[in-house]
Amino acid sequence: MDQLIQQFFNWDIMMRAWPMLLRGLGMTLLICAAVIPLGLLGGLLAALASTSARPWLRWPGMALVDLFRALPPLVLLIFVYAGLPFAGIRLSPFAAVTVAFFLNNSAYYGEIFRAGLISVGQGQTDAARSTGLTARQTLIHVVLPQATRNVLPDLISNTVEVVKLTSIASVVSMGELLHAADLARSVTYNASPLTMAAGIYLLMLWPVVRLLSRYQRQIAV
Amino acid sequence: MSDLDRFIDTFLNGAVLARYAPDILRGVWVTVELSVLIVIAGTALGTLLACIRAYRIAPVSFLIVVYADVFRALPPLVLILLAYFGLPNVGVSLSSFAVLFAILCLTLGAFAEEIVWAGITATDRGQWEAARPTGLGFTQTLVHVVLPQAVRMVIPPLTNRAIAITKMTALGTVIGVPDILNQATTAQSFSGNASPLTLAAVAYVVLFLPFVILSRWLESRFAWRKI
Amino acid sequence: MSKTIMSPAATSPTAAQAGAAPAVARPTLELIGLRKSFGAIEVLRDVSLRVARSEMVFVLGRSGSGKSTMLRCCNRLEEPDAGEILLEGERITGRGVNLDRVRRRIGMVFQNFNLYPHLDARRNVTLALRKVLGQSREEADARAAEALARVGLADRADSYPAQLSGGQQQRVAIARAIALEPAVMLFDEPTSALDPELVGDVLAVMRELKQDGMTMLVVSHEMAFAREAADRVVFMAEGRIVEEGPPEQIFTSPRHESTRAFLSRYSFGQ
Repeated sequence: MDQLIQQFFNWDIMMRAWPMLLRGLGMTLLICAAVIPLGLLGGLLAALASTSARPWLRWPGMALVDLFRALPPLVLLIFVYAGLPFAGIRLSPFAAVTVAFFLNNSAYYGEIFRAGLISVGQGQTDAARSTGLTARQTLIHVVLPQATRNVLPDLISNTVEVVKLTSIASVVSMGELLHAADLARSVTYNASPLTMAAGIYLLMLWPVVRLLSRYQRQIAV
Repeated sequence: MSDLDRFIDTFLNGAVLARYAPDILRGVWVTVELSVLIVIAGTALGTLLACIRAYRIAPVSFLIVVYADVFRALPPLVLILLAYFGLPNVGVSLSSFAVLFAILCLTLGAFAEEIVWAGITATDRGQWEAARPTGLGFTQTLVHVVLPQAVRMVIPPLTNRAIAITKMTALGTVIGVPDILNQATTAQSFSGNASPLTLAAVAYVVLFLPFVILSRWLESRFAWRKI
Repeated sequence: MSKTIMSPAATSPTAAQAGAAPAVARPTLELIGLRKSFGAIEVLRDVSLRVARSEMVFVLGRSGSGKSTMLRCCNRLEEPDAGEILLEGERITGRGVNLDRVRRRIGMVFQNFNLYPHLDARRNVTLALRKVLGQSREEADARAAEALARVGLADRADSYPAQLSGGQQQRVAIARAIALEPAVMLFDEPTSALDPELVGDVLAVMRELKQDGMTMLVVSHEMAFAREAADRVVFMAEGRIVEEGPPEQIFTSPRHESTRAFLSRYSFGQ
């Protein structure tokens, strides 16, 4: 038992690792601030394409979404980070993470927005257009607010996944929370910094996960 | 060399592909094996826990909820590193394959539990009330009446989640599981060429795209039935 | 009142008095030879119709006779395959027509109300005023208050659609349309989704609109109302207008066989 506490909950080591982890957390939040808005925007565009009445927009839209839902994000990240330099495209870890997450998130947010757009009836568009609102105004003021509200739990749930997924940035030495914790682990030969990182993730995400369970989103949409 | 030639030479180099294709194929086998095990064990675990929760024994339900919350809130990679690097120091030595399987199985189990539980609670109360007076016990009602309906309802979200989590087998690379990605990155560093990564990406797409399309189909079918 | 679009109908109630008003020199709405098919099914086969200023024209017919499609062609929510539509003498079909400018001159009321559920009654009305007419918030709010008062819902401006009864929702939908001061109003079965006891309120609002001189084209099964309030009744069958005339004539001595069959079924129902 002592050994277990020593190995996973070593207070001294945690205290020493704390400044490093705090910097890592800052980087995690920075990544989130970049990839979540970008993913939402890309997802919205993907959803508009894949629900378009124009086949030349709809089919490529759906194909891209499916392609990036089939690729593991880590594979995408390594391809962008380690593969593209062979073609002379050298991205910083941050840029590589941003590009890989943009492609992956757009596909997932895209599927959610698509369900949202479909959930808003044609009658809403008819009504809006009959008052002279343009297609764009109809989308912005009538369809999107309802679509977003209808799939809000799924958008939040996917955002939780995105925050968790930022941990794979450690693989390209991004210096985010998990990477910082793993560095601390390797110099202290003790898993406590990882426990601490887990604790921080839990603190950030547990409330959201709990809230989502309340709304029983899985069945709702 | 034209740009196109250079591109092909870098990302679709025939010689490199031929040289490392067998390695990557071995990786495909590992990924498939892991995925199948995780899906079977994870869904079974989640369904079992959801059923136990249906008995509404407060302390038991509480533990299940805590487990499900924790494994839904934590990034699997954190848990993988924690288990892989931490456990040996307390005398538990697991292979990287076992660690990856255990963590992803527990992760899928957590999500599956929440999804199936939502399905059980969404099943009409009337179903319970109709079944009990016919002489069916609680367990019989749960297993024969409620669960089959709940499972049908939860298949689309469960499929989505299972795909997302089996794709995470690629995380095994980090702790040295010889899966597709691991074989590809090794091959890439040996050959100094990006073609193995291309092959890995193609392998993943070939493996997972059918399931992505299946999940799309299930979802549209499900939406249609709801109306 | 706004200067941007002044509908003569809405402001000069005496323009053309009720009764079997023959089409004046320039009808407010004119359909010429409309055709429309969905796949192999011909829904409209050469439909022509004139609606004079301040006239209330009722369209009757079985479901599937093409009534709603004709109505939806009038503001091109449905694109006719052939034929022309003139609004106050101006052609609004074909290329090069700014549809958004045309549509705000044609009000439409739907069977299912189609109120925006995420906006309260006031903002349901003001959305187009602000975004289409570019009115300020104050202007739009004042106009919305006026429109909601006209449909008897001045006190429900802050209610969301979910908090209103079906009849109230439909009246808000009417307010949303009339606030734009359209030249003509299209009603697509405005009462068929309502509980019977709520129908009266909506019809009362329509009656008042007519008294104020609004030009209206109505698809509906409210026979008694048609008989009492319509200037002219049009009967459609299989994508064609088979008979039209003053309500008294259509209801008491229909000439076309399908009109007779239709009306006898309905009088049984009542």
